[in-house]
Amino acid sequence: MKTMNFALVGVGGQGVLLASDILSELGAHVGFDVKKSEVHGMAQRGGSVLSQVRWGDKVYAPLVGKGSVDYLISFELLEALRWLDFLKPDGIAVVNEQRLPPLAVSSGGMEYPGEERIKQALSQASKEYHIVPALAKAQELGTERATNVVLLGALSRHLDVPEKQWLEVIEKRVPKKYVDLNRKAFAAGQAL
Amino acid sequence: MKVLLSGNEAVARGAYESGVVFASAYPGTPSTEILENIVQYEEIYAEWSPNEKVALDAAIGAAYAGKRALAAMKMVGLNVAAEGLFYSSHTGFDGALVIVNADDPGMHSSQNEQDNRHYAKFAKVPMLEPTDSQEAKDFVGLALDISEEFDTPVLLRLSTRICHSSALVELGERKAKKDEPKPFARNPAKYCMIPGFARRRHPVMEQRLKDLAEYAETFPYNKVEWGDRSLGVVANGVAYQYAREVFPEASFLRLGMSWPLPEKLIRDFASQVDKVVVVEELDPFLEEHLKIMGIEVAAGKEFFPILDEFNPGIVRDAAFKAGLVDETVEVQKVEMGDLPPRPPVLCAGCPHRPVYYMLKKYGLVVDSDIGCYALAVLPPIATTDTLGCMGASIGVAHGINRAGVEERAVATIGDSTLWHAGMPGLLNVVYNQSNTVTIILDNLTTAMTGHQPHPSTGRTLMGEKTVRGDFEALAKAMGYDEVRTVDPLNLEELEEALKASLDSNKPAVVITRSPCIFMYDERPPLYYVDLERCNACGRCFEIGCPAVIRSDEIHEKSGEAKAEINSILCFGCAVCEQVCARKAIHLVEE
Repeated sequence: MKTMNFALVGVGGQGVLLASDILSELGAHVGFDVKKSEVHGMAQRGGSVLSQVRWGDKVYAPLVGKGSVDYLISFELLEALRWLDFLKPDGIAVVNEQRLPPLAVSSGGMEYPGEERIKQALSQASKEYHIVPALAKAQELGTERATNVVLLGALSRHLDVPEKQWLEVIEKRVPKKYVDLNRKAFAAGQAL
Repeated sequence: MKVLLSGNEAVARGAYESGVVFASAYPGTPSTEILENIVQYEEIYAEWSPNEKVALDAAIGAAYAGKRALAAMKMVGLNVAAEGLFYSSHTGFDGALVIVNADDPGMHSSQNEQDNRHYAKFAKVPMLEPTDSQEAKDFVGLALDISEEFDTPVLLRLSTRICHSSALVELGERKAKKDEPKPFARNPAKYCMIPGFARRRHPVMEQRLKDLAEYAETFPYNKVEWGDRSLGVVANGVAYQYAREVFPEASFLRLGMSWPLPEKLIRDFASQVDKVVVVEELDPFLEEHLKIMGIEVAAGKEFFPILDEFNPGIVRDAAFKAGLVDETVEVQKVEMGDLPPRPPVLCAGCPHRPVYYMLKKYGLVVDSDIGCYALAVLPPIATTDTLGCMGASIGVAHGINRAGVEERAVATIGDSTLWHAGMPGLLNVVYNQSNTVTIILDNLTTAMTGHQPHPSTGRTLMGEKTVRGDFEALAKAMGYDEVRTVDPLNLEELEEALKASLDSNKPAVVITRSPCIFMYDERPPLYYVDLERCNACGRCFEIGCPAVIRSDEIHEKSGEAKAEINSILCFGCAVCEQVCARKAIHLVEE
């Protein structure tokens, strides 16, 4: 298989890194060579977060450059725009419908991009994009923390991986008492 | 069995499998997780030392004791530990030592960019460089074997991208010799580096380098991979992986051992390809040595940048400009205008914030240090004038005050950083009697690297209870009369202590003690803004707290936005409540 590249982006604390762990494990579970790359340290403090995951028969680089990502999974609308130039022209964006205004907006003078501008940029840069209410679905299930698994559910619709394998990996990665919740979160994502 | 491991996790596993019994480090991005993972293996004694110099000395001691030892540090940590590298290169060991050293190209979390391959040449020691997690694990054992065979410390050089990327790794079993104490192998002529003895060791080192260069010719990871012979790529570390993607058909010489270099192997390779290009991150280290060998390099640093971290896009772009590939990746131009940036910021409720708020108020020159409080350099806080390296703040402030400027200079330094490299500077101020005020930002943890224990937390890396270092007693023992401890979340107390210390015109220490918000078991009660009372004066915005935001409500007279507190971010520090002149900020009643 040609290498398949994912970029998962969001804000420190949103659960981006767990989602990219699950996606990496899934690739290995399906039988691919896998590499994953992320940066720790400063980014934890409410900064912008980027994690990259690659699947393939043989993956060399742990990173991809701009213009090379097949799937952009964004946990936040502004962050989707920030990393949009990582997408290939025929790439797909799955974006959580959530606005987290950074300090430059909430107490500075800058403006958070409006809905029109966001949609226009997304449609310009991708083959298709999906803004999904992952946060709202997770809240319906009782916890914002499940947003990442809802988003993975939404992503799963675009990948040729059986549901069973997704669930096996999710069960392995989340604490036992949250397995049921995460199964529901994944199903909710699939339905979006 | 294959498992996904980051480079750091893989090094820890490698230490376990190769029989390491002693590991030491000081936390630093990107190498922190090595020791955090080693501690899970009960066969290995593991410690956070107060700094990298001590970590390396301790690991050298363990290797003198005949054991297999590992010391880990980020690249600037080796600057701190450099003396240990040099003397241990002279002495060698009865046991074995690997020094794991993580470079940070691109400065994701560092104060400078440096290429630590120079240290291998400088200290005349071998250096290995893995290209992925599997090799990161396996190279620990190889490094220790080389250390034993050639009686030398071995540098294992990682980079941020090796440390923090994950790949599949085949695990092995632990191979360890019996770990029973034996008599110390006394040999002062080998282990005491007085000039007379060191002079006898130097020729031994020179011979060792020649022997190692011979060994490098057959080192299994100095490897030729033949492809199309019109292009020969010489590459090392993670850059090899990027080059592999960009030049899928080319012939490769990958160098897993970057010092000393296998000259014969390199010459043979170069003679069998039409042209040689060198793909390496940071300095032209390999390129220069190839040129010294008289090998023509068709494309090196004039195309593949010295600055910043590589990725496949950068390597492809450079290869395109060098005429080595026909096309580069097209990056889409999307019209988006300016996006609001989202840099990391001090957390809401961070006890460092009010200290800088107060320093700004007094117009002081602020000399700062390495830690979360580096986030006070940029807006919204923007209250730092100098920041160099671990422990620099106090010496710099002393120098500014002694040389004299119109303002007073003060030093700010965190608790873990003070133990690391701040103590000699603190002593210098009081010994040489400058009127420098040193503020020790004591948040009871090593926050920036992920909350590791340190010498005044009362805990060790292995989770054992221990003594708590005492900053007040330390300052008094050094000779300070002016020592004050305050809660920085109490602005009145903080201001009084700062003012009294400045007014004393003597060497002074202010310890601002309040736990990092990650140290709390429960989130404290939150605050809210009474919009009726708020007159949009904006004083609470001056604190620069991410939880204090502009509301949609506009004050009629001024036309300014009133304040609002984000209930998700607020951590109840009450600093905004204290600066509000209108008494409009209150505790949320449960």
